[in-house]
Amino acid sequence: MIPTCKETSVLLSQGQDRRLKPSESLRLRLHLLICRRCRSFSQQLEFLRAAVRRYRDHG
Amino acid sequence: MEPKAPGADHAAIERERGYLLRYARLQLRDPAAEDAVQETLLAAIEGAARFSGKSSLRTWLTGILKHKIIDHLRRNSREQPLSSGDDAAEADAVDALFAGDGHWRDFSADWGNPDAALENRRFWAALELCVQRLPARTARVFMMREVMEMPNEEICKALDITATNCWVLLHRARLTLRECLELQWFGKPEK
Ligand SMILES: [Zn+2]
Repeated sequence: MIPTCKETSVLLSQGQDRRLKPSESLRLRLHLLICRRCRSFSQQLEFLRAAVRRYRDHG
Repeated sequence: MEPKAPGADHAAIERERGYLLRYARLQLRDPAAEDAVQETLLAAIEGAARFSGKSSLRTWLTGILKHKIIDHLRRNSREQPLSSGDDAAEADAVDALFAGDGHWRDFSADWGNPDAALENRRFWAALELCVQRLPARTARVFMMREVMEMPNEEICKALDITATNCWVLLHRARLTLRECLELQWFGKPEK
């Protein structure tokens, strides 16, 4: 079953901290295929991580 | 000439003080941040011979500092537990981002090329503001994860919280920061 955006946001967040199970990453990819907002959210999470690290190292 | 290897030379260690202090202040208030850095420099000078040169000096020192910071955080949380804040209100704020069917409620802004923000001095003020607005415990978990790059299990152990709680707090922190950055930065016509 394809997860909702809310569930997807949980998977995307946890995906930054642990390796997702194959079933989870399949569900995640299915949702991302059909949802532009979650694709944006995914990029925004990566941006947030990069920004905080840059702040730490150079800010 | 200073001897090259093995070990780290004291002047080089001392030169990293500024970086370490910055790093510590992301996790601790003064004077605890200054104390942690002082303890790190002392430990590094005492143990300079153990520096193998395999990693950079900064990486080695940061590794020591992380342990000192965690010691301080543990001590602090024993003496003055972090308020868990209004947990229900925090959960509600996250729920409010999604419609009843689980889809994003309001997610309109296009961040364009966000990396451009990294070159803008004022963006960092917006980021600081957003982090400061996080509830204390949520901010703590987020900073341990993102600044200290600690694995979740270590964060749970250090703060004595469950793994589930840790995942929830990180998810909340990220959603809240995303929302705040959009309001404070990416959604603003003038930056
Ligand atoms: Zn979605």
